[in-house]
Amino acid sequence: MKYSYFPGCSLKGLGRAYEESLLPVMKHLGVDLQELDDWNCCGATAYMSVDEAKACVLASRNLALAERDGNHPILAPCSACYLVLNKTKHYLHQYPKMKATVDRALNAVGMKCEKDVPVRHPLDVLINDIGLDAIKMKVTKPLQGLKVAPYYGCQIVRPYATFDDQANPTTMDRLLEALGATVIRWPLKTKCCGGSLTGTIPEAGIRMVYILLNEAKKRGADCLATVCPLCQFNLDGYHSAVRRQYGDVLLPTVYFSQLMGLAFGLPDRDLALNRAAIPFRWRPSSPPPAPAQPPAAKSVAA
Amino acid sequence: MNITRTIKYEADRVKGFGDEVMKVPGCEKLKDCIQCGTCSGVCPLSVYMDYTPRQVMELTRFDFKKEVLSSKTIWLCASCYACTCECPREIRITDIMYELKQRAIHEGVYPRKFPIPVLAQEFEKMVTANGRISEMPLVMKLFMKTDPLGAMGNWQMGLDLMKTGRFSLASEKINNREQLAKMFAAAEEKA
Repeated sequence: MKYSYFPGCSLKGLGRAYEESLLPVMKHLGVDLQELDDWNCCGATAYMSVDEAKACVLASRNLALAERDGNHPILAPCSACYLVLNKTKHYLHQYPKMKATVDRALNAVGMKCEKDVPVRHPLDVLINDIGLDAIKMKVTKPLQGLKVAPYYGCQIVRPYATFDDQANPTTMDRLLEALGATVIRWPLKTKCCGGSLTGTIPEAGIRMVYILLNEAKKRGADCLATVCPLCQFNLDGYHSAVRRQYGDVLLPTVYFSQLMGLAFGLPDRDLALNRAAIPFRWRPSSPPPAPAQPPAAKSVAA
Repeated sequence: MNITRTIKYEADRVKGFGDEVMKVPGCEKLKDCIQCGTCSGVCPLSVYMDYTPRQVMELTRFDFKKEVLSSKTIWLCASCYACTCECPREIRITDIMYELKQRAIHEGVYPRKFPIPVLAQEFEKMVTANGRISEMPLVMKLFMKTDPLGAMGNWQMGLDLMKTGRFSLASEKINNREQLAKMFAAAEEKA
């Protein structure tokens, strides 16, 4: 199984713990990831707000690079990258005028985008290509006793639900159960985290973060598991702002890949668990976590 | 006392605006809107908007260009696509919001000092030039342009990022920036 790995800007920046944990986990499972050579930013939601045609040109360069480099499926772990690349493919199929613009741009540099390279999410690959049975075989330290609230966010199920149910996705639930964790059922698993609003309009963004943290905590979660660097940043990084407005709802947020690494018995240094503002201290074989203690809270106490 | 008219007049319409938007690929189905309000109901941000998504749909369709393009609503849309997925008439509301955002920027009528359109434009500039985003420099630029003192309020987060090895001022760039520039130039040529 070979994939063109498309990290996107966040996985090299604020979300680097996602890449740092995903790569060893995928390697452990025998997945061959080849980073797309000289990939560029997907454009995210911001570029599309300024110029949609140029946004499609921008994203299509990545599709063309993957096509040139062997046409392996693109693995896009970041939700925004995953959506934008898929959306661009939809636009190229549906809108001939957009396709003409993109073709003109690619032609000018001797590239093309014709082979319809699939754009896939790690959860999709883990469940459908590798399979839960193969994953279970690699579990050496089951996450016994760890209560996890799986948080999918928006853009891997909306608007295109390609590998999971749109209203009630379960791929991450099933994955976490295979790792031995207890999965918390909760209704907000696809509710928006606020995206960049935490930074631009804190009144709105912080409240959205609070709603998610509070609901997961109320239902007894020890942590949130996420698939998106922006969700992780929001849910982890704004605890002091949440505390100022709403009171304490301390709850660590980890990437699903970090939990996989723990269950596979990979060493801590391969899982980038030290990258979060709210530390996740639970380890397999240790008893379930006590509620976060003041020392843990210290780093966010303003 | 400062009073303003809150009801729209026929004279406020910019005839043809709605039709123009509905001709854009992806926005065609706006004509089918039944004003049920599902979009406003599922929108996690409608409580902060000056016009709800349902109102924006109706205002757009009936040519109230100034109202929608200068609204905060289009910028508060966080692209969660909940409305698009739930709309019983399959209107791609999120994409219509994108269309309206582009027009607002093009005409320079977005609300002043509102950080979101500033972020979008700084983001676009950085990616167009470098091919990638450098997160910290982008955020700092945003604060400098909209709320220089507000940046100070985020010292705690900066500290957290430093402690966890995520604070970087490096400028991220692709190697083949020339190629990307050529692509943008070709895209902008008339077909």
